[in-house]
Order: sequence, then structure tokens, then C-alpha cells
Amino acid sequence: MRPFRYERATDAASAVALVSADPDARFLGGGTNLVDLMKLGVERPGLLVDVSGLERSGIEVLADGGLRIGAQVRNSDLAVDPLVRERFPVLSQALLSGASGQLRNAATVGGNLLQRTRCLYFQDVTKPCNKRAPGTGCPARAGEHRDMAILGTSDACIATHPSDLAVALTALDARVNVVGVDGVRTVPVTELYRLPGAEPERDTVLQHGELIERIDVPPSSFATRSAYRKVRDRASFAFALVSVAAALDVADGAVQDVRVALGGVAPRPWRATSAEAALRGRPATAANFVDAISAELEAAAPLPGNAFKVPLARNVVARVLEDLAEATR
Amino acid sequence: MTTIADRPPAVHHGATRVDGPDKVAGRARYAAEHPMAELAYACPVTSTVARGEIVKIATDRATATPGVLAVLHWGDVPHASGHEDPELALFRSPMVSYRGQIVAAVVATTLEVAQEVAAQIEVEYRVEPHDVELRSEHPGLYTPAHVNPDFDTDSFVGDVEEGLARSAITVDVTYTTPAQHNHPMEPHACTAWWDGDHLTVVDSTQGPWRGRAGIAGALGLDPGQVRVIAQHVGGGFGSKGTTRAHSVVAALAARAVDRPVRCVLARRQMPAVVGHRTPSIQRVRLGADPDGRLLAISHDVVEQTSRIKEFAEQTAVATRHMYAAPNRRTTHRLVRLDVPTPAWMRAPGECPGMFALESAIDELATELGIDPVELRIRNEPTVDPESGLPFSSRNLVACLRDGAARFGWDGRDPTPRHERRGRWWVGTGVAASVYPARAAPSRARITIDDHRRYTVEIDAADIGTGARTALLIAAAEALAAPTTDIEVRIGDTNFGEAMIAGGSMGTASWTWAIVEAADALRARIAAHDGRVPPEGLSAEAHTGASIEQLPDAARFTFGAQFAEARVDVDTGEVRVPRLLGVFAAGRIVSPVTARSQLVGGMTMGLSMALCEESRLDPEFGDFTRRDLASYHVAVNPDVGEVEAYWLDEDEPELGPLGAKGVGEVGIVGTAAAIANAVHHATGIRVRDLPITVDRFLDAP
Amino acid sequence: MPRTDSVVRIEVNGADHEVTVDNRTTVLDLLREHLGLTGTKKGCDHGQCGACTVLVDGRRMNSCLLLAVSAGGAAIRTVEGLATGEELHPVQQAFVDCDALQCGYCTPGQICSAVAMLDEVSHAWPSAVTGAAPFTGPGDLDAAEVRERMNGNLCRCGAYVNIVDALLGIGLTMRGEP
Repeated sequence: MRPFRYERATDAASAVALVSADPDARFLGGGTNLVDLMKLGVERPGLLVDVSGLERSGIEVLADGGLRIGAQVRNSDLAVDPLVRERFPVLSQALLSGASGQLRNAATVGGNLLQRTRCLYFQDVTKPCNKRAPGTGCPARAGEHRDMAILGTSDACIATHPSDLAVALTALDARVNVVGVDGVRTVPVTELYRLPGAEPERDTVLQHGELIERIDVPPSSFATRSAYRKVRDRASFAFALVSVAAALDVADGAVQDVRVALGGVAPRPWRATSAEAALRGRPATAANFVDAISAELEAAAPLPGNAFKVPLARNVVARVLEDLAEATR
Repeated sequence: MTTIADRPPAVHHGATRVDGPDKVAGRARYAAEHPMAELAYACPVTSTVARGEIVKIATDRATATPGVLAVLHWGDVPHASGHEDPELALFRSPMVSYRGQIVAAVVATTLEVAQEVAAQIEVEYRVEPHDVELRSEHPGLYTPAHVNPDFDTDSFVGDVEEGLARSAITVDVTYTTPAQHNHPMEPHACTAWWDGDHLTVVDSTQGPWRGRAGIAGALGLDPGQVRVIAQHVGGGFGSKGTTRAHSVVAALAARAVDRPVRCVLARRQMPAVVGHRTPSIQRVRLGADPDGRLLAISHDVVEQTSRIKEFAEQTAVATRHMYAAPNRRTTHRLVRLDVPTPAWMRAPGECPGMFALESAIDELATELGIDPVELRIRNEPTVDPESGLPFSSRNLVACLRDGAARFGWDGRDPTPRHERRGRWWVGTGVAASVYPARAAPSRARITIDDHRRYTVEIDAADIGTGARTALLIAAAEALAAPTTDIEVRIGDTNFGEAMIAGGSMGTASWTWAIVEAADALRARIAAHDGRVPPEGLSAEAHTGASIEQLPDAARFTFGAQFAEARVDVDTGEVRVPRLLGVFAAGRIVSPVTARSQLVGGMTMGLSMALCEESRLDPEFGDFTRRDLASYHVAVNPDVGEVEAYWLDEDEPELGPLGAKGVGEVGIVGTAAAIANAVHHATGIRVRDLPITVDRFLDAP
Repeated sequence: MPRTDSVVRIEVNGADHEVTVDNRTTVLDLLREHLGLTGTKKGCDHGQCGACTVLVDGRRMNSCLLLAVSAGGAAIRTVEGLATGEELHPVQQAFVDCDALQCGYCTPGQICSAVAMLDEVSHAWPSAVTGAAPFTGPGDLDAAEVRERMNGNLCRCGAYVNIVDALLGIGLTMRGEP
């Protein structure tokens, strides 16, 4: 690590001012990703502004049934909150399927959303990577790409976004509140992450110095019937090969409404909007689930080493929706 | 030979691991934890090209950084000598033979400075094209002179082609295993300091005595100038069985800066620096008559070694000993690639080789319609099939039968893909285990003081095997004294020559020396009319002569492993809720720690079957998955019930205790048992490890 | 030149320390290299193995990813701080009794992790394998729950089954069963 200065933030505004003024500055939350990246040399900040001690707005159920989550809430606190577990089970399940007990205790939800890809080339500073060092190339396409994306990729980058939480929030139409030097703005999680295009170095639409202050999850009539399923290369403590966050509202055997988001398959959480549209109003049958997600996956551009993710994603989505439909009956 | 007939029956004094309390309390100190004043830190710099030559190393900025004491590299040779191990010839040549090779080291007063400066050292290379891809048709394939450690490269008995031609049923299949990494939880570490021309290292090593020779050789010292201490070692699995470069870095750095230096490898540096299990391509051909009697066994292996050093894994050697058949063939071919030198990893040879052989036996059983336990029993040899030597003891059949009974094998419907429970396909599988039983010369010294307290000194290492516990039990038995009156001291070259903790030979080798020393001491005490003089008495023994007198025989530990596997019908996720192994390993000296060894080996075998895979990057030439997030080893939720049992077995020859060793046999056969269970569950035969979800998913 | 080190006040096993640290120093390196507390182990230095697990204000965390400067004011408990005098902590004793260790290098992390895990259990925290029914506490702690909750502590020797046995035994004690 390069030697760096350290400031403990006393409030969000001053933290934002400090980081915005210095291109070499970074916010420090739980540190579970940033400190890791600093050890790897991927991040070499000259100043850390520690926001982990900022007043935690905590977890609040709003009058309309929505959920308000402070950005400094630790992953484990959100995951085990009884109301979250009852009303938004997909959120709790996504968090609990991620990382380890130790990491969930340290990681903040704001930091979780802004963690970087675990692409092996991105993490290795001795190799080219367009996301880390723009213009140097992407060796993953011809190299180690088992874990890489099949949707939304570009010639420049095929990395996946690693957050489980973000997949659940994508399915739930959550919004993040962001503080910047020019004030506060709201960004839907579905629009927070960029597809790589020609600028894979920019993961999100946030500007340098903007700080996620909180996350708002809107009320949902059927989020209680939601689930998260994660498939990975060992039974636990691994990033997703494919994960699915889904919520399903079924009445009289027909899909009233549905939310499906995929993790592990794209540079951002992949909201399966066309599959959702295809399913609304249709009978909640296994065949219809398979057809809808298969159509969504027609856009997939897999590589030889990750082509298995297409049938895997299809099967997992269909399975999760079947299970949710079954639970409704 | 010494016998134990005149001793009291085995009393398992050590109900629990003797160093357990120190380890759970955090008191046990490992190599990087030896307290030293004025300690400096050395961080290796590793090559970023797979083949080439260092043109320039820019050190000016590094040496100007506050806290930096020295930068070691080839252009500033701190010490030269002529050691035969090219992996330890650090900083003596500008040539780079693989990506990740140590090319420099930064020594600084703090860890933070050493790490940062090492990361920023700029090395300019003249790059040559590299080749890291192992292929069965590689033009560079050659026949090594022998395979590890000194087995014949090939074996031919009868005529395999003719045997296959006469067979009613044949199997001709190719299996592959990927490169794997030992990844002991303790990274390789060394604390080194000089006292004049005398070097002391506290090292993470499986064998101080052998480590001493390695370090001395690399530094051009006489072994007597080096003392190696290893009190607690955080696992090794072969990777700490020989001297590794980190020890040489620490010693060179300590000399260069004239103060104690600690060098700890970063986890990401380990795959290149401490050896790996070679990937293998294994063609197995079997032929049998309709009753399942094998007429031909053929096992042809292709694997890799590095440009600078040959390591030829003995992958097909176990096949020479397993089953009777008149026509036989085993071969090993290597190719030199621009890769780090492969080396020992738990049961080198047997582990990958038996995955192939025991999978093929299962395939043959399926083809024949014969129960795979029964098929193995039908081909049980009466003597070692290729050498014709008698087995000193062989109880594979008993292990198979006992295991089958414990597991509930009888009545199994052999039809693949016939049992579905909920969203899981369920199946069971079996495989045999084998590992050689040997001993190597060791020295032990036992002293008794006038309070009748004993001190046992032997340069053994406890890398988690339970050596301290087993040696205490053996000493108590040999001395007919309670364990509370005995102190066992290990892990110090001052105690003289001893076998490393490797090859499953530790217990046999060390207890042999302890029993002989105890006999000698008892004789001395008797010569003093049973009285111990105030200055105490001591006696020592070296087992070289006894071991040389061992009669010719085939000596192996055998075992049988049974697995239940479940495969998710939608996702292909594999779970192993149950593993059961029965072993015949001669005398089990320390039941508590031996059971942990067997269960641990089976657990690592499960990890190999389901998780572990390392690939070399064709473009860059390195292992891509170098950390513990990307190179998956089994985590707790991967492991279900694992049961290990052993049969009472009388091994009459291998030392006074007849202890065959249990460190490695547990990992042998596990992957095959699981793969066979997966086939039974799904009808899909996975011949390429690991067994990951994609094996069960049809790409569009 | 701006300061890149800091004075940190930190409590470790009940003792207060005031140390000047390089801002880059992790809690793990502070413990091992500055405070002489080498019971906490460095296995991977990247939060991937759990050997460095300590309790931070009662919660388990990877000390390798925690900057000491950021942990200022926190109370750290390490494996050295679990025993009461000569008497091992019940989790430590259970590890010895069940032979839930071999090389011992992952063991301090396993034990610290387990101590905090059992506290999470007593607070009825669910896990990824908890089904639809609420997790109510030690009475719901079965082998699958223990395994999942200990997912962040790698053991290469393969002591997992004995670790699970040890912790299930503690779980029984927690719910008042012999």
C-alpha cells in the first residue's frame, strides 16, 4: 500500500467535501473490499475518509410499508432484522448467502453496493485490464472467464458485478440516496450500475466524491413472497456463478406481477424485464417460466468457458419461480 | 529386531492431542511468531513474465525509501554458491523460468514498507515466448529416468494388447486432474538470524534435518553451520517437505542487513513458489472376462515439470500393486513447460492415479453388471502383482467388506439415475485406497534424571499430524512409564537426523528410533542395577541398520471408501452428505489424532473431487487462481458426515510397533468414490476433476 | 509532508494501548508485530480464510481487513483473551476434547469465530440455511446451521467434522441439555 492520510468523518457533508476535493481520496466503509484492493495495489489512495462511524440512520420501516436503510448499516444487521426477514425475505437471503459471518459484520450496505468486480485480471496489477487501466485490453475473453458475464458485456469488459445485495435491491426497485457537493439526488438501483461499453472503468453513474447515504426500498404487495437462490462452485463462501432474486404474485393460477433479477451473469445486476413482461397475466406454470427466461437469455453472448451459465440461469430462475408459485398455492 | 511382546499392552495414555491446549489458547508459536529484537522484514518480488531474462532492476527509489535496508537481486549478489536445487538458487542468474519466480527481495524495518517497496520494484525483462499448456500430444513429451522418488518410470508385464483383445469387456477411457495447490493454512515463513558464521532459522518445515541440508546447500554452508527449529508448523501437505525459497530469502537477507529477518510468503505467491500437484492426463485401459477377472490393466500418464528441475509424479505406480491381472502396463511421460516446478502434494502419485484407476474399475463394474465391491474382491492378488513379493500384510478385502457393512452397501440397486429424493439425484459409490508403508533412518535420544523423569529428543515435526501425541504414547509404552513423567522434544536439528513428516513415514520412523533408544536406556538402567545416578542416564539409537535389515516385501496401507452423493436436478450442484472409510494401517499408535488424520485426508479428497482446480493462463503463463477466494478449497458446509474406521492389523515387520502411517491414505480414492457415486446418482460419468455444476448442464 | 501515521487508542483483551501506527497497519499486524499477540493468525491477509478472526466490540471480524487506525476506540478480544486464568473458554475446551484441530493454525480464528457465532445464535440470528420458520436460538442449532455459520473459517487439515461436533456440544449446553 502507498502511504495515505486518514480522516475520520464527522458528518456526511464534510466527508463529501474532503473526497470531492481530492481525486486521490476514497471513502472507507467496512473496508472489506477497499482494504483488499489496496493490498493488491488496485487502489492506491492518498487519503481515506472513514465514513464507517457516521451516524447510522439504521433500518426503518416507513409508514407506507417501505424500508429505509442507512448506508452504514452492517450487512449482518440488515440480514437478521426480523421485519426485513418477514417483509423482504429476498433481501435477507441475499445478504446471508454472501461472504462469511465475519465479512458481513464488517461490511456496510453502502460499501457492498460499490464493491468492485472479482475478475482475476482486474485484481492482478501485473496484467492488462480495461476496467483497472483503461485501454490496456481485456485478457479475460481469451483467458480465464468461467466466472465472467454472459449478458451486457462489451469488447472492453466481461466482468460481473459481485454483490448479492444489489441483485435483491434491483428486483425490489430500490433507490439509493446520494450526497454530493451539489446536494442530494436519488438514483434507482436499476440505473446505478453502468454497462461497460467503451468505459468499463466506470462501474456506476456516481461521480467521485458522491456518497451513498441511504437506500429506500419501496413498499410491495408481494415482496413477502420473494426468494434468493445462489449457485456457486462450493457450498458456501463463494461468489455466484448465477444467482436469482425473484418475487412472484400469483392469483387464480396466473402471474399478477413478478420481479426477476440475476446475479453473476452481467456487469450489473440483471433485471429480467422481458421475462417479467412475458409472464404477467400468464399461467404460473413451469413451462411458462422456462419459456420466459429462455427468451430473456437469448441475448446472452457466452464464451466457451461460461456457456453453462445460460442453462444454469434458465434452470435456477424457473426453479425459484416454481417454488414461489408452489408456496402461494 | 525389537519386539513389543515383552511390553505391557497398549494403553492410550494420550486421550487428547498433547499440544491441543497450547494451540487453542494461541500460545503455540509458529515460524513467523518467534520474537526477535531488531527484526527486519523481507518481501519477495516475483517475476511477471513466464520466460525471459532480467535486463534491469531499478532499485534506486527503493533503497532511498526510509526504512528500506536492502534490495536483494541478481545484479547485487549477496552470496554465491553452487547448490544443486535450481529452485533455491536465488539471485544468481538473470534468467526467468516461470511467472511468479522470486527475482528480488526488499528488506525493511517494517512490514508495511517492505510490502509497498517490493510491490513497486520495477523489473525490465527481455521476454521469450512461453508454453504452459499440457497436452497429451505435446511434441516435448519425454520419458523421465525414474519417477518420484525412485520408482521405475514404466512397467510391462505380459502383453496388454493381447490381454485386451481376449477380454469380453474392455474399458478405454481418459481421465484428467487439474493442477492443485497444497495451501496449508500457515503460509511458508522463516525467521532467520546469524551468529558469526552460524545461521539459525525458525522455519515452517516438515523436516528440520532435511531443511538444514537444503538451506546449507543454497548458501554454500556446511550443514553443521545451520540450526533449524520448527516447533509448530501450520500444515504442509508436502509443500514444506523440502526447503523452499522463503527460507533462503530470510537467510540471505539476514546476512545482508546483519540483523534478524523474517520472510513470509504472501498467499498469492505460494502457488508458484512452494510447488503444486501437476495436472495429469491419464488413459486407463482395462479388460476382463465375463466373470470380471481382469486380463489386462494399462495406465498411461502424461504430466508436466518445469524447465529448471524435474519432478516426475509417480501417478501410475499404485496401479502396479492393486489388482491381479496377467497383462500389465504403466507408463509416465513428462513435458517440460515454462511453469513452476511441481512437487509433493498429499499422496503424490497415489492420489491422482487412484482417481483414474478406481473410476475405471467402477466403469468396468458397470459394464460387467458386477457389484464394484465384489469386482475388486474377485481381483485381489495373492502376491504383489508386478514384483511377485509377498505382502507384509494386506487387508483390502477386509476393508471393503467391513466398509460395505458399516455403510449399508448391501442391497444397493446398481442402476444409475434411479433414485430421486426431492430435487436431488442420489447415488452411492466405492473406491479403494492405498499408500506405501515405509520407514527412514532416524535418531532418538532419551534421558532419565534422578527423579525418574524422561526427556525424549528427536527431530520430528508436528505439522498437525499429532506427532507429539503419538511419540509420547510410544515413548510411554516403550519406557513403561506414565506420560506425565515424559517430555517429548521435537523440531530441532540439534537432536540429529530424522525422517521428515512426509510420505506417511513419520510415525513408523520416529517411534522405531524411540523404541530402540528406550530399549538401550532400559539396558543402561539395568546395568546400573535399576538405579539412576544423580547426573542421570541417557541412551540413543539410530535406526539405519535396523531398517536396512527389513526383509523384502510389499508393504502398503489399504483402505476402502464409500460415498453418498447428491446432485441437484436443476443446477448440477453436488453435495456429499456422507463419506465412510475403513483402513488397515497396522498399529494405530494414537487413535484420536490418527482418526483426525484419516478424516482430514478424506475431507481433502472431497475438496479435490468437488472444488479444487488451478489453471495456467496460456497468455501470461501463471496460475490464475492464486488466492483462497478463487482457488476453492472445501469450506465447512461442503463437508457432511465423515467417518473413519480401522481394522486391527498385525504388521509384523515395519518397526517395533508395526505402524504403517495414516497421513496420506485417507485422500487416496476419495475423489473416485465420489465420482462413482455421482455416476450412480446421475448416469453421468465425470472423468475430469473437479466435479462442478457445468458437468451436468447442457450448453445451448 | 502530511502525516501518514496516527496515534491509536485501542483496548485489547481488557488492556488499553496507545500506539503510533502507520495508517497502513491492519489490526492483524498491530496484534502480531507490535503487541506480541501472535495467537491471531495470518492465513491469507485478504479476508478469505478467517484465520485472523477476532472479536471487535463483541462481533467477529477479519482483522486483516480492518485498519488499526479505523479501529481506534474499539475493544478487541483475541484468542489470548478468552481463557479465564488457567481455565480454557468452553469453546477452547470443546476443541481440545473433540480434537477439532490438527495443525492448529486456523484454530484461533475458528474459536473466536465460534464464540461470536454462538452469541449470534443466542440472539436468534438466522443463517443462509435457516428455513422459512424463524430461527429461535440454540434449540434450532443443528449441524447444517453450524456448518454454514462457520463458512468463513477455512481448515485445510480437514477438522471440520470435529469442529461441528465441538460446537454442537456447546449448543446443547446452551439450551440446558447435558
